[in-house]
Amino acid sequence: MKNVNEREIDFKILSDLFFTFFKLSPISFGGGFAMMPVLEAEIVEKKKWIDDKQIVDTFVLAQSAPGAIATNSAIFVGYQIAGVPGAIAAMMGMIIPTFVIVIVLALLFVFFQTNHYVLAALNGIRPVIVALIASAAYKMSKTSLIDKTCWIICLLCVAVLLFCPDINIIVVILSGAFIGIAIVKIKKMFSTSVKTK
Amino acid sequence: MSLYIDIFITFFKIGLIGFGGGYAIIPIIESQVSLHQWLDVKQLTDVIAIAAMAPGPIAANSATVIGFKLAGIPGAAIACTGITLPSLLVILILGKLFIKFQEHVLVKATFYGLRATIIGTIVYAAIKFAISNGIIGGSNLIDIKNILLVLVSFVLLVKTKINPMYLIIAAGLIGILVF
Repeated sequence: MKNVNEREIDFKILSDLFFTFFKLSPISFGGGFAMMPVLEAEIVEKKKWIDDKQIVDTFVLAQSAPGAIATNSAIFVGYQIAGVPGAIAAMMGMIIPTFVIVIVLALLFVFFQTNHYVLAALNGIRPVIVALIASAAYKMSKTSLIDKTCWIICLLCVAVLLFCPDINIIVVILSGAFIGIAIVKIKKMFSTSVKTK
Repeated sequence: MSLYIDIFITFFKIGLIGFGGGYAIIPIIESQVSLHQWLDVKQLTDVIAIAAMAPGPIAANSATVIGFKLAGIPGAAIACTGITLPSLLVILILGKLFIKFQEHVLVKATFYGLRATIIGTIVYAAIKFAISNGIIGGSNLIDIKNILLVLVSFVLLVKTKINPMYLIIAAGLIGILVF
């Protein structure tokens, strides 16, 4: 009897997770950061699934793990509440609505891409995409470029990518991580040697 | 079948290295897509326009559109799964561990360099997209109409909380009137 009950509860939580993120997903315009307050209101205040401390941890992890911040948050919230099945349920809830919307838009695009007006509209839209990418860099730089060394790493990265197109971007990104470790180590050595003097 | 596998592996790789989310993943998508000669940068710009008009993560949305262009709805589903699966695996395997060690010197040092590099990749992507779309470096060096659109959009995006979807629709209307 107990087993059956447990299964029922599990299923209820899983479907609740799925539909909560299913509802949140289509209103998540403007990317992960814009979504954080909405997610917190729903998950912490309304559903009381996790507490304040856990949601902070969730957002830190969501930004540190690879992938989209909103999807990462959903996965970790799901995991904390109902383990691996919960993580998958929350993730599916997050992905399915936007997937369907994107497919519809892509179908419309394929259908109308030779249309005269659509071509003209795209000419106006392309500069906005450049601005979107540039504004993402600007917004993220405030929390990422915290000192002069960061600026140097960043500019070096731009120069390498622009002038050495043969170097794979994945190698550049991983090098950035190692350079970070090296610089922190060197700084530490330097500061202790100063102190010992 | 081999195209499906290729799509999956490519987007799985992109998802695995896609630190920073959203627009931070665009430069990686750009490099992998040109490597496979799936799309040129101009086509990719249109893909991102579609992805940015829809709600949800820009990177997963872009993957979906690219997959769709390459191999229809199955391709879209494979690309979207490929780019999302690494998040799930990394969080399930390393999530608890990361929260325990997030203040560790080595973790902090890694992200110190990683975050700075990610900004560099996004700046590079912005420059590359501007060049490939003839906004800078073309025959006029700077295309006035285009650069004006870039600057106005940039200021609006940075200074206000404007929904990118409205900005894209407005720019589309301007495009119909001006170009």
